Amino acid sequence: MEITLGHYLGLGAVLFALGLFGIFINRKNVIIILMSIELMLLAVNINFVAFSTHLQNLVGQVFALFVLTVAAAEAAIGLAILVVYYRNRGSIAVEDINMMKG
Amino acid sequence: MMVQAIAFYVFAGVTIASAAMVIGSRNPVHSVLFLILAFFNSAGLFVLMGAEFLAMTLVIVYVGAVAVLFLFVVMMLDINFVKLRQGFLQYLPIGGLIGLVLIVELLMVVSGWVVSPAGLKTAAINSQAIDGVSNTLALGRLIYTEYVYLFQASGLILLIAMLGAIVLTLRQREGVKRQRITDQLDRKPEDSVEIIDVKTGSGV
Repeated sequence: MEITLGHYLGLGAVLFALGLFGIFINRKNVIIILMSIELMLLAVNINFVAFSTHLQNLVGQVFALFVLTVAAAEAAIGLAILVVYYRNRGSIAVEDINMMKG
Repeated sequence: MMVQAIAFYVFAGVTIASAAMVIGSRNPVHSVLFLILAFFNSAGLFVLMGAEFLAMTLVIVYVGAVAVLFLFVVMMLDINFVKLRQGFLQYLPIGGLIGLVLIVELLMVVSGWVVSPAGLKTAAINSQAIDGVSNTLALGRLIYTEYVYLFQASGLILLIAMLGAIVLTLRQREGVKRQRITDQLDRKPEDSVEIIDVKTGSGV
């Protein structure tokens, strides 16, 4: 019953696939799409940390920290754009976004 | 070892279940709450792997900041989420197919993964981790010495994200009365008070 690297990588794979699946089935709701992207970044982080602890090399955790930073910045900017878009158009439907010209 | 295995399966199971609820939930508020649950359980997994600092950072950054941001936006926007869910079943087959293909591919890669002992030795040589030092201390030693420029760059990214969010969402609305302190202090008695000599028995 030993938990190996493969277990963590499998968990990361399942989480990543769930995030991708979420983007496909919630194609109209930008908020859920942003949450799915967060899930995918979490899966990437799990892989980084699993490799880092398995190989006894801390650099993976440093990189996971940077991924975390960028994910936080991305969420903040994405939600700000969403709020501005909603103010201008009154909806957040994805298919209307291509009507923005200039 | 047994306890570790049980902990792993509990954390991993709850993480995957709540991730499924994030993408499948009807109410976006529930999605955000399940996202928080998923992040908590991944923090538990990080602790299990021995990355305590990242686990605490995950809780602080995601649960404390990002999830609350999502919650604010979901509650602030007045959106008919039922209408947004139309087409849910339309994209289910293609999404399921692509997700299934991806997961089979990834699991095939993962199950065939073997680390050679020589590679393990090379990685251990490159590592700065010292036994007997806590994870946070070891990480700090690495970040503030070798990766200090990248650390500063990530700080800049956060600063720019903050400025961008403020610039995007700040607006000057018309017809809002604000307190202007300089105008208040500039007022003189002559400007605001008028003394009229009123005769007795007649109005102003």
